[in-house]
Amino acid sequence: MIKVSNLKKSFGDLEVLKDINVEINQKEVVVVIGPSGSGKSTFLRCLNKLEETTSGTILLDNINLTDKKININKVRQNIGMIFQQFNLFPHKTVLENIIIAPMKIRKKSRQEAEGMAYNLLEKLGLVEKAEAYPDSLSGGQKQRIAIARALAMEPKVMLFDEPTSALDPEMVGEVLNVMKELAKDGMTMVVVTHEMGFAREVGDRVIFMDEGYIIEEASPTQLFSKPQHERTKTFLSKIL
Amino acid sequence: MNFFESIVSIIQKHGTAFLEATTITISITAVSLVIATVIGLVFAFFKVSNIWILVKLADLYIFIVRGLPLIVLIMFLYYGISSVIVLSDFIAGAVALGIHSGAYLAEIFRGAIQSVDRGQNEAARSLGMTAPLTMSTIILPQAFKRAIPALGNQFIIGLKDSSLVAYIAVTELFSHALTASAENYMPFETYLVVGFYYLALVLIFTLLLNYVENRLDTGGVGKKLKK
Repeated sequence: MIKVSNLKKSFGDLEVLKDINVEINQKEVVVVIGPSGSGKSTFLRCLNKLEETTSGTILLDNINLTDKKININKVRQNIGMIFQQFNLFPHKTVLENIIIAPMKIRKKSRQEAEGMAYNLLEKLGLVEKAEAYPDSLSGGQKQRIAIARALAMEPKVMLFDEPTSALDPEMVGEVLNVMKELAKDGMTMVVVTHEMGFAREVGDRVIFMDEGYIIEEASPTQLFSKPQHERTKTFLSKIL
Repeated sequence: MNFFESIVSIIQKHGTAFLEATTITISITAVSLVIATVIGLVFAFFKVSNIWILVKLADLYIFIVRGLPLIVLIMFLYYGISSVIVLSDFIAGAVALGIHSGAYLAEIFRGAIQSVDRGQNEAARSLGMTAPLTMSTIILPQAFKRAIPALGNQFIIGLKDSSLVAYIAVTELFSHALTASAENYMPFETYLVVGFYYLALVLIFTLLLNYVENRLDTGGVGKKLKK
């Protein structure tokens, strides 16, 4: 579904992604781990062109995202993105946050969009927050709303950029549970996270990145119990 | 005639005329601020566009307008433009005031737009929104709310600056003061009275602004308390 070849990304003189080659299949949950500064967030942000790539190609369903002529807005409609800082729109209610993109971009009627939004809120147990403003929500609620907002566009793939890193510990679980449900429903997901429990339980594949390279990729069982590379071992020994 | 008698006589003689002139002051201020807001927004967009030529154009405009005394700008536009097309004094004055305030508003809008967290733009764009849609539905509403205190300040300055168009024969409040004091030989008392007209205007405007600011306070403390 996604095929990344020879992806490189530099910020000025600093080369953050050096040579990334990876394939992500439909319905697969790929978890990206690695030390901070390893380029894992940059990699994720390249997948929906929030970062301009320096060289290499990214194919999504055979559309080349690095082609300057493609309509990136159209492509992004099919890629949901979840941020560490939630990035809900503070001047809009929870409901408005969810329906704005389906209405303005997918041209759905308000009725249809709201119906869908309430379905999502129901699943998340947040119906009573529909008219609330984001400022009045807890971090865990904000992140779940952010997931609902992304899902309202019915994306083919969801990208998660450290979705639980800004949360209080007691709220991590509620967000991870939503993500588990999503994985169970067959969503293709790429997740940058420090939650090794999640990686082990939900991930089909774990990618370990360091210094702009993919050092190792394997099934969670394989990677956590029998890491092949020295750097993977060092990293895992520090965090497990 | 003592001081208070002078004041009373000025109010009796000119009070109504001052009040009528005040409506001209209000309307020329309003028209100029509409012009200024449009100009300010356009040049603010130029400045955040990252397109070299537009950024430089905005810089040049702001440099010229900020560098010129307003009265010079008014005279320049009045005599400059009226040699090409015939404008009424009112329109010429409003345009000059608008061009002047526009430069300051451009900087206010630019600052407010840039103060909106980058994540807001990223979230909107990652949903597939185009840049213009993101600007109009996500960034500007938040930026505008943040800009209100500075905007209000600039609007009040604009209101007071409108007194300068008296020199191109717009018969607003200050021009009436000029005429009246020349007739009655009581400049001190006359300007004192006119000063109170301006203070009253600014006071009304400030109250209006506070009201708007409270109304727009969505998602903030005010709204939550109401819920």
